[in-house]
Amino acid sequence: MALLEVQSIGKSFRGLRALHDVSFSIPEGAIHAMIGPNGAGKTTCFNVMAGVYKPDGGSIHFNGRPITGLRPDQICRAGIGRTFQVVKPFPGLSVLDNVVVGALNATGSVARARVEAMRVLALLHLADKAKHPAASLTLPERKRVEVARAMATGPKLLLLDEVMAGLRPTEVDEMVAVFRRVNQETGLTILLIEHVMRAVMALAQRIVVLHYGEKICEGAPADVVRDPAVLECYLGEEAL
Amino acid sequence: MMAAFPQLFAGLPRRALIALGVFFALLLVAPWLVNAYVLSILVVVLYFAYAGQAWNIMMGFAGQLSLGHSLYVGLGAYAAAMMFTKFGFNPWVGLLVAVLATTAMGAIIGFLAFRFGIGGVYFAILTIAFAEFTRIGFDHWTWLGGSGGLFLPVSNLSSNDLLNLRGAPVMFYYVMLGMCVAALAFCRVLLASRLGYYWQAIRENEEAAAALGINVFRYKMIAVMLSAAMTAFAGVFYAFYYNNLFPEQIFSMGRSIELILGPIIGGLGTLFGPIVGAFVLTPLADGLTEVLQWAGVEVPGVKQVFYGFCLLLVVVFLPNGIWPVLARRFGLAREN
Repeated sequence: MALLEVQSIGKSFRGLRALHDVSFSIPEGAIHAMIGPNGAGKTTCFNVMAGVYKPDGGSIHFNGRPITGLRPDQICRAGIGRTFQVVKPFPGLSVLDNVVVGALNATGSVARARVEAMRVLALLHLADKAKHPAASLTLPERKRVEVARAMATGPKLLLLDEVMAGLRPTEVDEMVAVFRRVNQETGLTILLIEHVMRAVMALAQRIVVLHYGEKICEGAPADVVRDPAVLECYLGEEAL
Repeated sequence: MMAAFPQLFAGLPRRALIALGVFFALLLVAPWLVNAYVLSILVVVLYFAYAGQAWNIMMGFAGQLSLGHSLYVGLGAYAAAMMFTKFGFNPWVGLLVAVLATTAMGAIIGFLAFRFGIGGVYFAILTIAFAEFTRIGFDHWTWLGGSGGLFLPVSNLSSNDLLNLRGAPVMFYYVMLGMCVAALAFCRVLLASRLGYYWQAIRENEEAAAALGINVFRYKMIAVMLSAAMTAFAGVFYAFYYNNLFPEQIFSMGRSIELILGPIIGGLGTLFGPIVGAFVLTPLADGLTEVLQWAGVEVPGVKQVFYGFCLLLVVVFLPNGIWPVLARRFGLAREN
């Protein structure tokens, strides 16, 4: 059985149907991507998976047990870490303390959490910023703090919401290398929402495409970028 | 326990340790150095430092604004006074009842607010509302004196002053000093613990805190209940120091404000903020009153105007409070 099993989830906000009958699954150790135009429902889908919204229908199974309707903190403890598209750092805390809070999900000891937090910060090239207040960082750095915090919780599945946005191509490649390395070394499963196709093509083994809240395509990257429906609504002809 | 002791001072620069040692030594010998009037002011200073420390757990650490902390002071005071005057128990038994009562009250307020997603200013209003209707309740509860007040007879249950919480001002001074030191050490341990990290995360961003596995409801409840429990002692102390309780005074909004000014002016969320704030505000306000009296000027409410002025100065010039500036200027800040 797959690590994450999403079965025909739906979510409406009053009259607006943000998600409709979306299903997909992610096997353990895989890296999948979710793409689609703005407003397609990608972040809503993340928020449903992470427990911020209860789905109107459908079910989500993680690691063999149902997690539909659990609270965000319960879902984190179940093993799903997530970042926010609009970053939510703890501005008054240092970068290190930001990540320590995440690491405390996996250990009760502050001393051990600090060691783990430093390890994750080094992995994301943030070690030299550890003592800085989070409020003083640039946006790309804050996005990396988000990733570090989520990774420090010790998840089995990491949900990344547009963490490459605003990065220079070399920085994108750096991040891609980090995720690939973590995936290979620890078997961490990753689902990323991303507009930066350079990262998606480099990382994802499989892509889910959302449009108007529905899944219009799913498959290997090479096939997805040739799919006429995807080209029409999102990538455009020039992507070929 | 002994192993935890050095932990309290871990990361403090040497000059901070020296400053802390000198400050503590001065407080220890203060009763021999100052006259009775100054000592009485110092007792009030320590009282506000302690109560401010308790309030700071809720607001400074966990980010939950209570504008009705006089509720816990009053409830603690009345609980211990009731046990003493009606049932003949000593103040320390009364303290247990007081802690139970305030913790339960904190739990009720916290549950109502946090269970139903009431936050920010609406939570603050809820705390005021509870303080207000408790005041009105006690105003009409004639068994405990009602609006006419409850007076504690100065009778001794045992021969030990400390056990009776009856004695010279110097005894009250040392009791409050001891409680201040205990509260400071306790808050230091809390802040460096997992609980402290969780509170600060909730203070900074609740949604992000939840996403990192923190049960926001539970940790906010702990903050409110702990703060209420600690504040109970301030109430018990008040009851046996002044020996009279009036709902109109002890539950009043003004008392709540007075209590929170110290930590705000000293530095929200810092360990020494409540202490610095109390040492700055109380003597200045009392000094001002003294000077005016000496000059023959009678100005009702001058203390409140003075508090407002101090608050204004701090908000404009030291938005983080006095302590962070002091700590940086003199190199007293902890390195982490």
